[in-house]
Amino acid sequence: MKILVCISHVPDTTSKINFTDNDTAFDTNGVQFVIGPNDEFGLTRAMWFKEKQGASVDVVTVGEKDAEPTIRKTLAIGSDKAIRVDAKPVDAFQVAQEIADVAKNGNYDLVIAGRESIDYNGGMVPGMVAKMIGANFINTCVSLEIEGQKATAIREIDGGKETLTCDLPLVIGGQKGLVEEKDLRIPNMRGIMMARKKPLEVKDPVAENPTVEFKKFSKPAPKGDVKLVDADNIDELIDLLHNEAKAI
Amino acid sequence: MSILIYAESENKKLKKAAFEVASYAASIAEKTQDEVVAVTINAENTDDLGQYGVSKVLNVQNESLEKFNVESYSEILTKAVEEVNANIVVLSQSTNAKYLAPLLAVNLKAGYASNVVELPETESGFQVKRNVFTNKAFGMAEITTDKKIIGLSSNAFGLHEKEAKAVTVDFNPEISDSSIEVQSVDKNTDKVSIADAEIVVSGGRGLKGPENWGMIEELAEVLGAATACSKPVSDMGWRPHSEHVGQTGKPVASNLYIAIGISGAIQHLAGINASKTKVVINTDEEAPFFKAADYGIVGDAFEVVPQLVEKLKEFKANNA
Repeated sequence: MKILVCISHVPDTTSKINFTDNDTAFDTNGVQFVIGPNDEFGLTRAMWFKEKQGASVDVVTVGEKDAEPTIRKTLAIGSDKAIRVDAKPVDAFQVAQEIADVAKNGNYDLVIAGRESIDYNGGMVPGMVAKMIGANFINTCVSLEIEGQKATAIREIDGGKETLTCDLPLVIGGQKGLVEEKDLRIPNMRGIMMARKKPLEVKDPVAENPTVEFKKFSKPAPKGDVKLVDADNIDELIDLLHNEAKAI
Repeated sequence: MSILIYAESENKKLKKAAFEVASYAASIAEKTQDEVVAVTINAENTDDLGQYGVSKVLNVQNESLEKFNVESYSEILTKAVEEVNANIVVLSQSTNAKYLAPLLAVNLKAGYASNVVELPETESGFQVKRNVFTNKAFGMAEITTDKKIIGLSSNAFGLHEKEAKAVTVDFNPEISDSSIEVQSVDKNTDKVSIADAEIVVSGGRGLKGPENWGMIEELAEVLGAATACSKPVSDMGWRPHSEHVGQTGKPVASNLYIAIGISGAIQHLAGINASKTKVVINTDEEAPFFKAADYGIVGDAFEVVPQLVEKLKEFKANNA
């Protein structure tokens, strides 16, 4: 089985979010970039398929040179080959076209992406890739087993879970649950050394023009101070929630 | 031209999200003079959409579509767009709508903006304001394609009634086969889901152990709320992953969010920031959640919550 894992290169979840260039671009100053958390659960699941079922695992990212340390980290964790499509990611359609091109040319059986990137939260790339390459698609995927050409997956739905089966090729939008938090791997020294010898391919972009573009960013207005209610005065809280906030 | 909405239903009943996307589409249509058309799949009482500005309903009745199938559902919407020559499609951000929208975007070669929170601005191009960086910021996104898809964030626009009358017509496009098959659905039907909830009651590590969740559930029951939890609580296995809300968990955009024993890590606050009113109950007055909340009680959850449950029962009895 050939697996392609899509990696987003995103600000760490604790990052302070600021904008620059007259609020038209994200300010990367002092920001630590990481593998997207949703992608990391998928990558770890891919490692399981590699170790238990002999799958090969390639990773792909769409990004400029500054994204290389992030995909190199996936090589140190255990992926076989990394591909960087040399383009600045602007919108989901463009990123999906790039990944679809890699997926099609590489004849992958399974493409694992995160359900959304934690920067722009589009939540579109995996579904678009699936449609573009004519593969099945399962989103918000929290469990995945593959046997031969058949996949069994569990996806989260509003208020519960759904178990699905389908044929490969398959694209999933993964998230926590694919593996547990404690199963995530930190690269060890041996992995880091081995990663240096693994291929990191840089590919020219193929995508057409983006369909959606950010023009300007803003931050929510500062919030007023919290209204503190005395712990012995629950009636006041209920009154505020009812009459002021109109929330109950 | 027309504006198409996907009006979702559950057990044949239209969901609140259906009326919210209808309200939003009707507001756009007021300016553009377009007609608002809804697609419903195996729903009843579809004429109710008229009260929110829908003038026509394409009603699909098909037993094989009883369970959601992303391929079939996105194909129906694609065909509906062609049928009524729609240039804008509005959908909710339910799990299923988010699942099918990217497929629809590729089918229609349409630009798709998700997590949208306001009506479009059309003075210079077609721009929509959407949440980015998990509610830590907003971005104005310009959709440059002829056909446009808008994913409307839950509770961002609200319900707005309009005097209109909807005509329901049968719509039965041919649907291709899909190899995706639903084997089983495990859904808690007697509890409201986080996505659909007006009120969410959430517990954190301050509750000390899973055995103490009784009072959280009781509070949720009095308020008709969904229950949720912080990341450490789900990581420790006190509560299921499906209840984890925050940046890597579920987003919450409820009218009221009550955090009990949650200190308010930046990732948690980001995930729940779209909620309108936030209440925190915590022993530690220095907890970061107090900076994000509208109302707060510095106090022990084990004393405050049982009192709150009792007082709310009285309040509900008096205001029923």
